[in-house]
Amino acid sequence: MKAFQPYGLLGYKQFRYLKLFALLVSLAIMSYLVLPVESGHYGGTWLGYVLGILSALIVLLLLWYGVTKRRTPRVRTRRMSRKKDRQSTSIKPIATLQGWLSSHVYLGASLIVLATLHSGFHFGLNVHTLSYVLMLIVIASGFYGTYVYLHVPQLITRNAGEESPDDLRLKIIELDERARLHALGLPDEINEIVYQARTSTHMGGSLWQQLRGYQRDCPTQSAVSRLLKLGPKYIMNEQPKLMRELYSVLLRKEKLVLRARQEIMLRARMQVWLYLHAPMAVALLAALTAHVVAILFFW
Amino acid sequence: MTASQFKIAIIGAGPAGMSAAARAAELDISHVLLESASHAANTISHFQKGKHVMAEPSILPLRSTMSFAAGQREDILQTWQHELAKHRVNLRAGAAVAAISGQRGDFLITLATGETLSAEEVVLAIGLQGNIRKLNVPGDDMPGVQYQLDDPEEFKKETIVVVGAGDAGVENALALAEHNRVILINRDEEFAQCKSANFNQLMSEVTRGRIETRISTRTEHIGAGRVDELPLVYVAQTPLGLECIPCHRVIARLGAKPPRQLVESFGVHFPNDDSTAVPQLSEQYESDVPGLYVVGALAGYPLIKQAMNQGYEVVEYIQGNAVEPADEVLLKEKISIISGVDSVVAGIARIRSVLPLFASLTTLQLREFMLDSEVRVLDKGEVIFSRGDYCTSFYSVLEGEVAIQAEGKSGERAAYQIPAGNFFGEMGLLSGRRRSGTAIAGENCVLIETSRRSMLRLLHSVPSVRRSLDEVAIKRRVQNSLGSTMPESDLEYLVQNAKLKQYAVGDVLFSEGDQADGLYLIRRGSVTASRMLEGREVVLGYVPAGQYVGEMAIVTNSTRTATVRAASPTEALLLDAGRVSAVIQRNASVRARLGSRYLERMGTYELLLGEKFSDQVKFLLAHGVGEATDILLIDYAKCIRCDNCEKACADAHGGISRLDREAGPTFEQIHVPNACRHCEHPHCMKDCPPDAIHRSVNGEVFIGDNCIGCGNCQRNCPYDVIQMVARGERKQRSIWQIVMGTNREATVKETSATKIAVKCDLCQGIGSVPLCVNSCPTGAARRASPEVFFSRISNHGADESAGRDE
Repeated sequence: MKAFQPYGLLGYKQFRYLKLFALLVSLAIMSYLVLPVESGHYGGTWLGYVLGILSALIVLLLLWYGVTKRRTPRVRTRRMSRKKDRQSTSIKPIATLQGWLSSHVYLGASLIVLATLHSGFHFGLNVHTLSYVLMLIVIASGFYGTYVYLHVPQLITRNAGEESPDDLRLKIIELDERARLHALGLPDEINEIVYQARTSTHMGGSLWQQLRGYQRDCPTQSAVSRLLKLGPKYIMNEQPKLMRELYSVLLRKEKLVLRARQEIMLRARMQVWLYLHAPMAVALLAALTAHVVAILFFW
Repeated sequence: MTASQFKIAIIGAGPAGMSAAARAAELDISHVLLESASHAANTISHFQKGKHVMAEPSILPLRSTMSFAAGQREDILQTWQHELAKHRVNLRAGAAVAAISGQRGDFLITLATGETLSAEEVVLAIGLQGNIRKLNVPGDDMPGVQYQLDDPEEFKKETIVVVGAGDAGVENALALAEHNRVILINRDEEFAQCKSANFNQLMSEVTRGRIETRISTRTEHIGAGRVDELPLVYVAQTPLGLECIPCHRVIARLGAKPPRQLVESFGVHFPNDDSTAVPQLSEQYESDVPGLYVVGALAGYPLIKQAMNQGYEVVEYIQGNAVEPADEVLLKEKISIISGVDSVVAGIARIRSVLPLFASLTTLQLREFMLDSEVRVLDKGEVIFSRGDYCTSFYSVLEGEVAIQAEGKSGERAAYQIPAGNFFGEMGLLSGRRRSGTAIAGENCVLIETSRRSMLRLLHSVPSVRRSLDEVAIKRRVQNSLGSTMPESDLEYLVQNAKLKQYAVGDVLFSEGDQADGLYLIRRGSVTASRMLEGREVVLGYVPAGQYVGEMAIVTNSTRTATVRAASPTEALLLDAGRVSAVIQRNASVRARLGSRYLERMGTYELLLGEKFSDQVKFLLAHGVGEATDILLIDYAKCIRCDNCEKACADAHGGISRLDREAGPTFEQIHVPNACRHCEHPHCMKDCPPDAIHRSVNGEVFIGDNCIGCGNCQRNCPYDVIQMVARGERKQRSIWQIVMGTNREATVKETSATKIAVKCDLCQGIGSVPLCVNSCPTGAARRASPEVFFSRISNHGADESAGRDE
């Protein structure tokens, strides 16, 4: 559904923030190459200060996104009469959250260049380089985040079909119950298989399990394959109709379980990076503060 | 005089009936107040516990022997009980009326028990609730068998049989399932009678084993349980045979017989079959059966205060006292704006003489009409409404004149003058769409502005108003569609045998390959055009109200090239094909206009012959997009499921989100969440007693502060987007709370126990872009009209303007 809205996150307002990014980066590189320096590039030169201050401001702006996202404009008391009241509804918000996020991505990316040039390629085992590394971690996780935001949503939709996650769960419970009822009329061996499939099939669980998206020796999957093997043994004497129905119920459940796991996996992948991105951003803020304080007082 | 002979018999002990009986008692008139339930004020006593009862309209003074002010249900009921006793009202509870015969001075009232009473005059104040249907099996009135459920919390750890699988039954079962064992009895095979939200909830409870159901089951009888068992035994015929369920309680929710049938059996006539029609009444509330009076909700006055006033007045009228109606003061204030008019009577007479449209109304109807209307004196050049506005008021020109400037789709302008005695604004009223022109006041202009609701009520209850309005409206519609340069004679010629046709969703206006029967001007609703391609119906286009279809076959003089179906309830004007061709021959401008439209449409059709567009349009139409004016759609290929839309909505609206992102259908990455569609003809507005739901100029349908919390809108909304909630307040979270991740819910504070209806108001007064759209980080959420979405998905005019599109 491309035409629904032609540009996404990256192309917001005809690539407005890509242009800003290009401008910032090219200006910085040009200044770096053109402007004369006496004792080589480092943070303490005139250009170094400019780039440093600019980068720090950008970092603060990027952090502020976290606050903006969670806050909505303050609501004034609304008393709307039935009469025309055009003025009251024409307050344009300063920016849409989409604009914020689009600029967040591009400004974040530009930091790689700005901060690197700011350092003048001087690295060492100190708080300054620590800030730089933390920043790179945050940006890298952000890149991953951008990637998943752009690609995972449609995979989730395609996997889920017309069912919501709740629907899936309910259907699985229903099929479990039906499998149990069918198995009641069948030998113990089969009851045991169905019991295992009902009680030991996991969806989700720990973060690691969520991200993997599969269960080793999944009881539901093995129930399906074991039932197929046991089929010839029971289908003659025991109730063949019940066996067939049980098999079809388990097959359906297997499909749903795989889909539910896929859903959980995709959602986990889409969100997991934030658990690195956000804490590292806070750590960066701390390291950056230390870096600035160190320069102001001890340089 | 025997004991069962009265001067006035009042039927129905609701607010209107009680007020009438109290007045009669006060005047020492022999009277009887008949009530089918076991006590007075039955409807109000079934409001939920502690409910705050409102006294709308607040400007109307109360005139009754009984007192009434806004307050808690319990207090009001207690006051009334007390007052009924104080005035020695002759109340007969449990007396359902089965028939009324006779005439003024000698009415014979037969009760359901077979007993008869006679009365000289009868006042019908039975409301709209109707008589509740009972099980009609042996034991259906045993203690523990009930037909209503006031407070589900009252019952815990019981076994309860709920009979009836309509919304009421299912909702009761769901509410009771929390603390009880519930068995829901459905006499049908499927749960098709309840709303989809209720159905889904029921199914999930059934899967969890919290509600048992029986289908295709009929109640046989209810008996007493054995001594050491549960008090009742419910016996029913199930497909598997007779089943006995021992239980504590049987709750049957079987609906009610609509009162109209009963009233008609008394000889009262209704003007038409419309469900909202009210019987025609004289100024004194007298029906066409002399001596039989109708007051309260049944007469079209659903609010408690109105009903009580009428109860008082009707007794005065019966006594021959010419009391001023309670609304006299209000009317006087309105009417005195008209120059040279000093009394209400003179004002009403003036309106009747100047405006032929309303000449046929009774004085009562005109008074009611004026009560809901506003007299406006305008300066020359003042803009009444602008093209593109959403406003559904109806205007009548009392003095002076008004100029309408219309603009066609291709930019041609036209101007009309509306002189005194005429009306305008009917197109917006009928189509529910934006204004097609701008209305500007001329010199010395005096208008009557009437709200959508009272105008619709008038159209439904007075056929002559509908007829005269249609006559003019049809002509204007034709002029608007085919150009104003057409000579008057041709216009007359076209209009003469124009037919007004109604279509339900999915009905076919005409089919591919048919002979052309004429040109269809859509005046309400919307249609789709489709063509058969390899055995599949492929949708090519969507045509909303205000445009026309069917010109292709007429212009090319061939058979129909596409099938046109109604996408929402549609009203179309059919102009005869022969006459249209004749007019085209005579008028170059009409020919050019139809021709260019034809070519334009040809172009889009050829472009759209793709199945993807068709499937998407079909999907969207199947989910109510056709009748929407502004719908929230989410591009699921972009949606990161962060639910920021819901959070922002909740933050802006007292902590309660008015949209449910996850609910709702999805098709090819288009998701239609549960959110208000701001329908052209809002279902929620249909039955709002205090008239609290309005549409603003910008198009949003919102619920005003005078909501009384009755829940009608919630029940009427087919999309389940209205919620009943307690008024609450939410504090903005500080940055510290955000960093610490403090719970959002903890910051919500309920400020009163009164439940009111809330729905999406498109963030009216908050910003120009609704917050759900504005706070979507990836731009997946969009709000727009269906036309915009359809043109988007067909790749036409794919632009990227900020969030909200017109």
